[in-house]
Amino acid sequence: MNLFLPDSGLVIWMTIAFLILFIVLAKFAWPVILKSITSRQEHIAESLRKADEAAKALESLNEKGAKIIADAQAEQLKMVQETQALNKTMIEEAKAKAEAEAAKIIEAAREQIKSDKENAIKELRKEVASISIEMAEKVLRKELANEQAQTSYINTLLSEMDKNTPAS
Amino acid sequence: MKRFLNILLIALFSFISVSVFAEEQDSPESEPFNAKDVIFSHIGDAYEYHITEINGHPIAIPLLVIVRSAERGWFVFGASKVVHGDTYNGFYIAKGGNYDGKIVELNAAGEEVRPFDVSITRNVFALLLSCTILILIFVPMARKYKKNPLGVPSKGHNMMEAVILYIEDDVIKPALGDQYLKYSPYLLTVFFFILLNNLMGLIPFFPFGANLTGNISVTLVLAVLTYLITNIGGTKCYWKDVLWPDVPLFLKAPIPLMPIIEIISTLTKPIALMIRLFANIFAGHMIILVLICLIFIFSSIMGIAVGAGVSVVSIAFSLFMYCLELLVAFIQAYVFTMLSAIFIGLARVKEE
Repeated sequence: MNLFLPDSGLVIWMTIAFLILFIVLAKFAWPVILKSITSRQEHIAESLRKADEAAKALESLNEKGAKIIADAQAEQLKMVQETQALNKTMIEEAKAKAEAEAAKIIEAAREQIKSDKENAIKELRKEVASISIEMAEKVLRKELANEQAQTSYINTLLSEMDKNTPAS
Repeated sequence: MKRFLNILLIALFSFISVSVFAEEQDSPESEPFNAKDVIFSHIGDAYEYHITEINGHPIAIPLLVIVRSAERGWFVFGASKVVHGDTYNGFYIAKGGNYDGKIVELNAAGEEVRPFDVSITRNVFALLLSCTILILIFVPMARKYKKNPLGVPSKGHNMMEAVILYIEDDVIKPALGDQYLKYSPYLLTVFFFILLNNLMGLIPFFPFGANLTGNISVTLVLAVLTYLITNIGGTKCYWKDVLWPDVPLFLKAPIPLMPIIEIISTLTKPIALMIRLFANIFAGHMIILVLICLIFIFSSIMGIAVGAGVSVVSIAFSLFMYCLELLVAFIQAYVFTMLSAIFIGLARVKEE
C-alpha cells in the first residue's frame, strides 16, 4: 500500500524545509536562547549570592554596631564607677586631711591654752608671792611694833627650825 | 489546560456535526458510505485541502501541482484542474492501481507512469506552514532575548523556555554529556518540529489537520538525519566497535559475521525511530477516524436512530482518544528526541 512507501516529492520537500528550518533555528534561535537562558541563570545565581553576602555583611555590621554600643556602655559604666570611686576617695582624703588639720589646730590650741595657763599661773604666783610678801611685811611691821612680840616670834621661829631639823 | 480542552471539545463537535451534515445531504443519492476511502483520504496525502461537501459539491482548497514529466519537462498548475477527474496537459489523478490518488501521465508507449512530483500537497503545505510557525515563534523570541538577555520573559516565552530547558537539561545533557551544545540545535529543532506537527495534526480545521508526522516520508527524513548525524559524529572507538568488535576471532575473521550484525544494528535504530513515530501518529488518527466512521456505518446499516445512539459512544471514545493523542503528541516528540540523543551519545564513546 502506498501509505507505507515514502513519497519522493514529500521527501524532497521535507528535506529542504527541515534543513532550512534547522539552519535558521540553529543560526538565529537556539544559541541565542540557550545562551540568554544560561546568562540569566548565572545572573540570578549571582544576584542571589550577592544578596546573601549583603545580608551576611549587614548582619555582621549589626553585630559590630551592637558590640560597639555594648563596649561604649561598658566603658561608660566603668568610667562612672571609676569617677564614683575617685569621688569617694577624694572625699575621704579630704575628710581625713580636714580631721588631721582640725586635730592639729586643736592640739595647737591646747598647747597655747596650756602655755597660757602656765604663764597665767606663773604670773599669778608671782603676783600672789609679791602680794603675800607685801602683806607679810605689813603684818610683820604691825606685829613687830613692840619688843615682846618680836622676841616671842623669834622664839617660835627658832623652835620651828628645831623641829624641822631633829636629827642634826 | 481546561480551556484548551474546551476548545478541543468544541472543535471536535463542530467537526463531527459538519461531517454528519455533509453525509446526510449525500446519502440519498450517493453510493453507500465507504469507511475505508474516508479514513485513508484523511490519513493520506492529497492535492487539495478538502474541507467538507455540501449538496454533493466538495468544498476544498486546491493546492499547487508541480510535476516534471520525463518526456515533456516541468509543469506547474493549480490542482483544481485535475482533482475532479479531469485531465490537464496529459496529467490526471490515477484511480486504483499502484499510483492510486497520485498524479500520473501516459508516456509515449501508452503506459501509465508517474512524473517526478514535487507538488505542494496537503502535507507539504502543512510542512511549510509548521516550519514557518516555528521560525516565527523562535526567531523573534531569540531576537527579544538578544536585545534584553536579563529581562523577564513573557508568559509565552516562559512556557517555551520551560519546554526548551526540560529537553535541554533532562534529555540532551544526560545523553550527550559535555558535547551537548554541538547537537542540541538539531535535537531541539526535531523535538519542536515533531511536537508542533503532532499537535497541528490533531486540529481538524483548514490550515491544520494534515497527518504529517504520521507520514512515513517525513519520519524517514528525520530518521535519516539522525542516522547521518550519529555516524558522522561517530568516534574511532565507535567505528572499531562496529567494524571490528570485541568478540572471538572466528566470529569476524573469515566471514565478517559480527560486523554485519553491527552494521545492521546501526540501521535498525533509525528504522525503529521512523516506524515508531509514523505508526503512533498514524494509528492515533486512524482510531479517531474509525470511531467517527462508526456513526455513519451504523446509521447506513441500521438507520439514523441507531447511528445517533452510537454517536454518543463514539464521541465519548474519540474524545478520550483525543486526550490520549495530546499525550502521545508530546510523548512521541520526546521519545524521538531522547532516542536520537542517546544514539548520538552512544556513537560518541571515548576510549577508556
